[in-house]
Formats: sequence, structure tokens, C-alpha cells
Amino acid sequence: MSLNVSAISSLFSSDSQADKVVPPTGFTATLTLFSAAAMSFLAVFALALSLATGRLAERWGAELARTSTIRISAPEGQLLAQTEAALRVLETTKGVLSARALTAEEQQALLEPWFGPDLPLEALPIPQLIEVIEEGDGFDAEGLRLRLSAEAPGAVVDDHTRWCRPLVRAATRLRMLGLFSILLIGLATAAMITLAANAALAANTQVISVLRLVGARDSYISSAFERRFTLRALSGAAVGVGLGCLAVFLLPSAQATGGFLTGLGFQGWHWLWPAIIPPLTALVAFAATRTAARRTLGNMR
Amino acid sequence: MIELENVGYSYGGGELLSDISLKLQSGSFHFLTGPSGAGKTTMLKLCYGALIPTAGHVRLFEADVRDLERDDVAMVRRRVGVVHQDCQFLDHLTVADNIALPLMVSGGDLLAESANLKELTNWVGLTNRANAYPPELSGGERQRAALARAVIMSPDVILADEPTGNVDWEMSQRLLRLLVELNRMGKTIMIATHDLALIRAAKAHVQARVLRISNRRLQLAGADL
Repeated sequence: MSLNVSAISSLFSSDSQADKVVPPTGFTATLTLFSAAAMSFLAVFALALSLATGRLAERWGAELARTSTIRISAPEGQLLAQTEAALRVLETTKGVLSARALTAEEQQALLEPWFGPDLPLEALPIPQLIEVIEEGDGFDAEGLRLRLSAEAPGAVVDDHTRWCRPLVRAATRLRMLGLFSILLIGLATAAMITLAANAALAANTQVISVLRLVGARDSYISSAFERRFTLRALSGAAVGVGLGCLAVFLLPSAQATGGFLTGLGFQGWHWLWPAIIPPLTALVAFAATRTAARRTLGNMR
Repeated sequence: MIELENVGYSYGGGELLSDISLKLQSGSFHFLTGPSGAGKTTMLKLCYGALIPTAGHVRLFEADVRDLERDDVAMVRRRVGVVHQDCQFLDHLTVADNIALPLMVSGGDLLAESANLKELTNWVGLTNRANAYPPELSGGERQRAALARAVIMSPDVILADEPTGNVDWEMSQRLLRLLVELNRMGKTIMIATHDLALIRAAKAHVQARVLRISNRRLQLAGADL
């Protein structure tokens, strides 16, 4: 089946005569509008999910993979000495850009979501955290562990990748799932519009037969149905996308502590992505209707 | 114009037509007669490319019907006006729109043709019924509207399948006069009918060849008419 530009552009040129000869197609009009709107609404969410998980995967991948944490758990009298020893080791470690011990205020801020703002940090045996920023290919974690075990026996290296990798993998899979959902939605839309077009064509067999009798070409008959179903799918999809975007906009806004769910949505120019759904739906409707019309016409002389 | 050469047509294992040869010359007038079920409608359908013969050759305007692409068939239909017994109208369009249908589908300029359309509607006596819908028309009015639709593209050939089947004698005479008038304008006419009285009446106005389908074959009739 060929989808040439002139065939598609002819959809938007007014041909009231061709529209007039095909009678109104009743319930199939409502079915096409509704299914296009519903599917586009779902497509907006699938797109939002895909983009949000994509952002998440990128952020985790880029930020967490470049940082590590060293936790020093030592008796109270040795904590400062082991921290300084660990910092000295880090200064001479290849692949470490910088390393610094978190201040008491920063450690308190990290614990605040769990214990509240009034936590008496000094009264608790809280380990000291050292934030390490990596450079190049990063450091050799095993080598660093060995060196630290000699200089600061209470130091534990957490290079983040241990728990970061599965999360990034999960986010990437969620993104693929979102894209796969969009594909399924497109196929389901095509199936529904094909069914509606077939029903309309079957209901108009007599009309098509009369049109052939008086000398109508297949392209003339087919285009009357194509235009009708394509424009209906386009308008239905526009409504669905509008409602979908509104629903996404009304979701709670993303917050640092909000986690994944509040980050589901579009950011910046990503809000333009849903705009491609109505023309894509129209294209799917055009192809589905053209295939159905050509098949029906092929059975008539 | 239209030529059938040793044409046979079989359907569902049964042979409906056999060894039919016929040439429709420009400006000729033919009657095709025979009992119901003899194959008159099948033969007319072969003449406008609605059916493909299972044996022999049908040539429409010098092209073998088997070689015609679907668009070519559409172009042939613009040169052959067909009047069916059941008229085959689009009931959601007015009479005027139904008459103008061949113009619409061929991309004709309806505005430029509006004077011709009015003249044609007047010629078949349907001026005051132009805005009615087909179900509101009487049998005779439907047949006249179908005739007007068949001739609006000024076709070379007009094929009519039992055009007087659902009308009274007076109306059948009126339709016949219109067809005779078209023949005098140079149109080739073939009418399938089992109404022998109509054929006898026509012979007073036009030199018509009468063909009969009998036992699947085409014969020249006349002596008994």
C-alpha cells in the first residue's frame, strides 16, 4: 500500500461532493471519535511514563555513578583520626577528583526525613560520611578498600553502583515498557478504526456499487471514506491529548523528596511531545481506512 | 463500439450464455428479449464490463475487457449510460443530485453544468421533482430520473434493463419516446425487455434490431413480432 503525499494532502482539501455522496456513517463516527480520544489519552500517559523513567535513568546513571560514599564507623576517640587518614588516602587515589567529609549539619539534613529536625546528632554514634567525586574512569574500588583497611579500618566504601545499576536497569525497562505501550495503543487504534471503517463500508455496499456504476474511480470512493475517518480520528485524538495533558498537568508536582510518582509528567519542551499524537493517529486512521476501502473495492467490479 | 465475440458466461457450474457474438454499431437501436432468467441482464452486464466472460472476448471501445484496469472500467462506465429496472439511486441525495452523480464522480463542474442539468431534468419532465428524494418518486418518475442520470455524461451507448418493467403503458411509451429521441441524436441504444408490445410500438418510430436469447444463445428475432 502506498501512502503518497498527494493522497494525504487531498484529505485536507475540501471536497464537499465526495463527502456528500457517502451518507453519514452513524455509530462508526462515534466509535472512531471515542476510540481515538481514549487511546490518545492513554498514549499521553504512556509517553509521560516513558519520558519520566528516561529522565530518572539518566539522572541516576549520570549522578550516582559519578559519586561514592565512604562511611567511617569507629569508636568516638578514633573517628576524627580515621576520617583524616581516609581523606589522605583518597587524595592520593587515582580516579578521585575530590573528597570531603560531610559536616554535622549535612549529616543531620540527610537523617531529617526519618528522625525529624530535632535529632541530637552529637548524642548518637552516627558514622562519619565522606563524599567522593570521581573523575575519568573512576577509582579501583577493591584497591581503595585494601588501602583503607590498613589506614582506617572502620571505613566502608560504598561506590553506589551496587544498588544504582539495578535501579537504572529498572528505569530503562520502564521506559521501554512505556514505548511498547505506545506501540500497542497505536495498533489497537488501527484495529478499532479498521473495524469501524469496515462496518461503514459494509453498510454502504449499495452506495459503492452505484458509484462504480456511474463511473467513479476507486480513489474517489476510497478518499471519501479516508477523509471522513482520518478527520474524525484527528479530532478525537486532539480531544484525548488535550484531556491527557490536563490530567498530567494536574498531577502533584515533582519534589526532591517526592520520589518517582510525583515526577511523572513532562518537563520543558517535552510538553511538545504529545502534539505528535493527533497527526500520528490520523496517519494510522488514514492507512487503516485506505486498506479496508481498497480491500472492499477489490471485491467489486 | 461494443463487441462480443463467441462469448460464454458460466456461474456456479451452470452455463448462462454460450457462443454469443454481437457488434453494437454506433447509432444502432437494439432490443434484447427473451423469457425471464434467459440471461438478458447478464448480457447487459457483460456489455458494460460489470462481468468478465468465461469464454470468448468482450471488447469495449476496442479494448478487451480482460485487459482493463479498474480505472479503465470506470472510464468505460462514463461512456456507457446504464438504466436499471430498480434504478439504483442513492436515497440520501435529491433527484437532482442523483441525476448529477456521474458529473460529481468525474470531477465535473456542477455550477458550469447547472443549465444542462436543468434542461435535462426538464427533458425527462422532472423539473418540479428535482428536490424530492428517490423514495418519494413514482415508478415512472424513477425510471425517467434514471434515464436522465444515464445520459448526463452524453455517453455513446445507453443500455437499459427492463426500463418499463414497473410502469404503466402510457409511461412506457413516454420512456420509449425519450430513448428514440436519444437514438436520433446518434446514441447507440440497447434495451433488454420481455415486453413485446413495447418492441412492436417502437418499430413504428425507429429501425430496431430485435435479438432474442434462447437456450443460452443469441438469435435474431423479428418475424413473430
